[in-house]
Amino acid sequence: MYHNTDKQEFTITVYTENQVGLLNRIAIIFSRRKINVESLNTSPSEVPGIHRFTIVVEESRDVVLKVVRQIEKQVEVLKAYFNTNDEIVWQELALYKVLSEEITEKVKVERLLREFGARAVAIRKDFIVFETTGHREETNKLMKALEPYGLVEFVRSARVAIIKESAGFHEKLKDFEEREPGEEVIENEYLGKREAVFTM
Amino acid sequence: METTIAKTATAEKVKEAIAPKTLTGSQAVLEACIAEGVDTIFGYPGGAIMPIYDALYDYKEKLEHILVRHEQGGIHAGQGYARSSGRVGVVFATSGPGATNLVTGLADAMIDSTPLVCITGQVFAHLLGTDAFQETDVINITMPVTKWNYQITDAEEIPSILAKAFYLARSGRPGPVLIDISKNAQLQQFNYQGYTACNHIRSYRPKPVIRKEYIDEAVALINNAKKPLVIFGQGVILGKAEKEFKKFIEKSGMPAAWTILGLSALPTDHPQNVGMVGMHGNYGPNVLTNECDVLIAIGMRFDDRVTGRLDKYAKQAKIIHLDIDPSEIDKNVKATVGVWGDCKETLPLLTLGIEQKDRSEWLAVFADYSKQEYEQCIQPEMYPSTEDMTMAEVIRNVNEITQGNAIMVTDVGQHQMVTCRYAKFNDTRSNVTSGGLGTMGFGLPAAIGAKFGAQNRTVIAVIGDGGFQMTLQELGTIMQTGIDVKIMILNNQFLGMVRQWQDLFNDKRYSFVDIASPNYVMLAKSYGIEGAKVEHRKDLVNAVKTMLAHKGSYLLEVMVGKENNVFPMVPQGCSVSEIRLK
Repeated sequence: MYHNTDKQEFTITVYTENQVGLLNRIAIIFSRRKINVESLNTSPSEVPGIHRFTIVVEESRDVVLKVVRQIEKQVEVLKAYFNTNDEIVWQELALYKVLSEEITEKVKVERLLREFGARAVAIRKDFIVFETTGHREETNKLMKALEPYGLVEFVRSARVAIIKESAGFHEKLKDFEEREPGEEVIENEYLGKREAVFTM
Repeated sequence: METTIAKTATAEKVKEAIAPKTLTGSQAVLEACIAEGVDTIFGYPGGAIMPIYDALYDYKEKLEHILVRHEQGGIHAGQGYARSSGRVGVVFATSGPGATNLVTGLADAMIDSTPLVCITGQVFAHLLGTDAFQETDVINITMPVTKWNYQITDAEEIPSILAKAFYLARSGRPGPVLIDISKNAQLQQFNYQGYTACNHIRSYRPKPVIRKEYIDEAVALINNAKKPLVIFGQGVILGKAEKEFKKFIEKSGMPAAWTILGLSALPTDHPQNVGMVGMHGNYGPNVLTNECDVLIAIGMRFDDRVTGRLDKYAKQAKIIHLDIDPSEIDKNVKATVGVWGDCKETLPLLTLGIEQKDRSEWLAVFADYSKQEYEQCIQPEMYPSTEDMTMAEVIRNVNEITQGNAIMVTDVGQHQMVTCRYAKFNDTRSNVTSGGLGTMGFGLPAAIGAKFGAQNRTVIAVIGDGGFQMTLQELGTIMQTGIDVKIMILNNQFLGMVRQWQDLFNDKRYSFVDIASPNYVMLAKSYGIEGAKVEHRKDLVNAVKTMLAHKGSYLLEVMVGKENNVFPMVPQGCSVSEIRLK
């Protein structure tokens, strides 16, 4: 009963306490169901003391909903959301190491870099490191384009994403931070709205 | 002069009272246990937990420590204690093998929502990660099988972390919590500021505020239902909502069926108790699950052993699902109305809204199925005409003497299904069994723990010859503590449930299910436990009477038919309406 067809990319955003081992607690919720994590990023959030995980998976909505609920069930998790790509703004950063002589000799490479808006972050006699940020397809495209010109190394970061419709959660987060959550924080609207609440 | 001395003395007393006491981490652990009302600890000492055991030496009067024979026995005893008493079970174990031996019990407690606080010793903090003697990464090993776990390397953290541990174990959907304490933290002296119980963690919601619209929706569905069916699970017991539950079903007149862990929340002879659902459940509730128009699931999680084939499960019905854990709602069965909340709070709200109804016609349909089941399955099992004794007739004999007042603890397998099907229960918290994990070896240690948790009740452990041999070392615990547990081994000389499946689905290819037994009566005697073996029906009644009348523990081995199968049965992968009576 494996429905490959209804899989799509979801970005899961998890607000958590900052605690040792929590990464593992969240990771095993995926591995238990044999779900591959495409990318995972942890970072501070806008509220001091509260961390934010951004996790990308390719799965069906139904499975992601269950996984997100199980993530949210973890003691140190404040809130978890999941979104499709059109509900978020996201970026990934990529670094490209290219041999200097290729760049300096071939005008085409320079044009390519200009076209992709790449920035040089390190310039050395022997190699140059460029950086771009964008969606995976964009960073992939530049990688492919650079391949014939001696791309020595390529690395891409995990996705970081902002949920478009997240106005108001900031206040709630501050609530968590500043005081004991009152009853209005304890919500269960999503039982009616189902996944809507997770997508805010 | 005298007054000055007196003054100084008083001042010192005051100073003493105000100034924080210096305690070791170990003492703080035990102070936390006392503050949480713990009276019994099941444990086994070892190198990395020695400081706690050293402190325990001075706390002997306040905390009873039960020395088990194996850490698995310890944790199952803790589970039995928690299940019979409704309190948090506490287990101590050392690092390394001590900790890894807890894993089965943790997994069992996790899936069966049993509140436990397990404390494991750990190597000195500076040795962490160095493959030190008896070091194991218990935090990561136990992560998937604990509600929460935490490693303490600084004694200052002990009071607050233990407060959190007890709070998490018992609140919301209960579960096991493991706290790993490095040896240096146990030895460390620190300024003890007293113990403050935890009642709030900002990122943790034990239960929600009940939303009225879901109550209203559920009430409307129930009031319009022609053929509603209630299925209740352990949530009713864990929520201590037995009374609320009874009022709810009595007002609405609905038939109520139970899952294996819901058993005993409603007395067996309650007129609306229509029996067990699931693989070896009763005929009526299984078949009628696929005929009811509204299914009200209370504190249960639609386990695959309950639902059978999911895409053919109650498709015609509107589903109302009451659960305290929101991740259970829609997990396996999509709910029409999910009532998220503590059923102690949601049930009275539903009761308030629903109409008083007489549903005797609908109940009569259950009675009809029950009659068929009785004639084809139950009667031949309870009053067999065969020469061999059956498990069901043994349970019938027990029922006749206990009248349903005993705590029945079971292991896992055929005897478990038979006991749950046929044992009579009057009171809640009387059924202790390993439901979700199906842990063979659970029975004996759990029975010991159940007795410690409910010392004025009779505890009968019904165990198969397979499961008993997994944890029989705990006879030593019985011997040493003098606890009174009645052990009944139903011996069919097979790993019966696996044999049954091989019989039904593998062409009787009995692959490694033929298990030999030692002389159990002699074995018990060597532990100073009285016992007897019954091989003939004529001796059974008296043997059961003798066992129950005996002061102290007793082992009764009953030889039952070798190849009896448990029926009815919903074969794996089949719909509940395809239940087989033979």
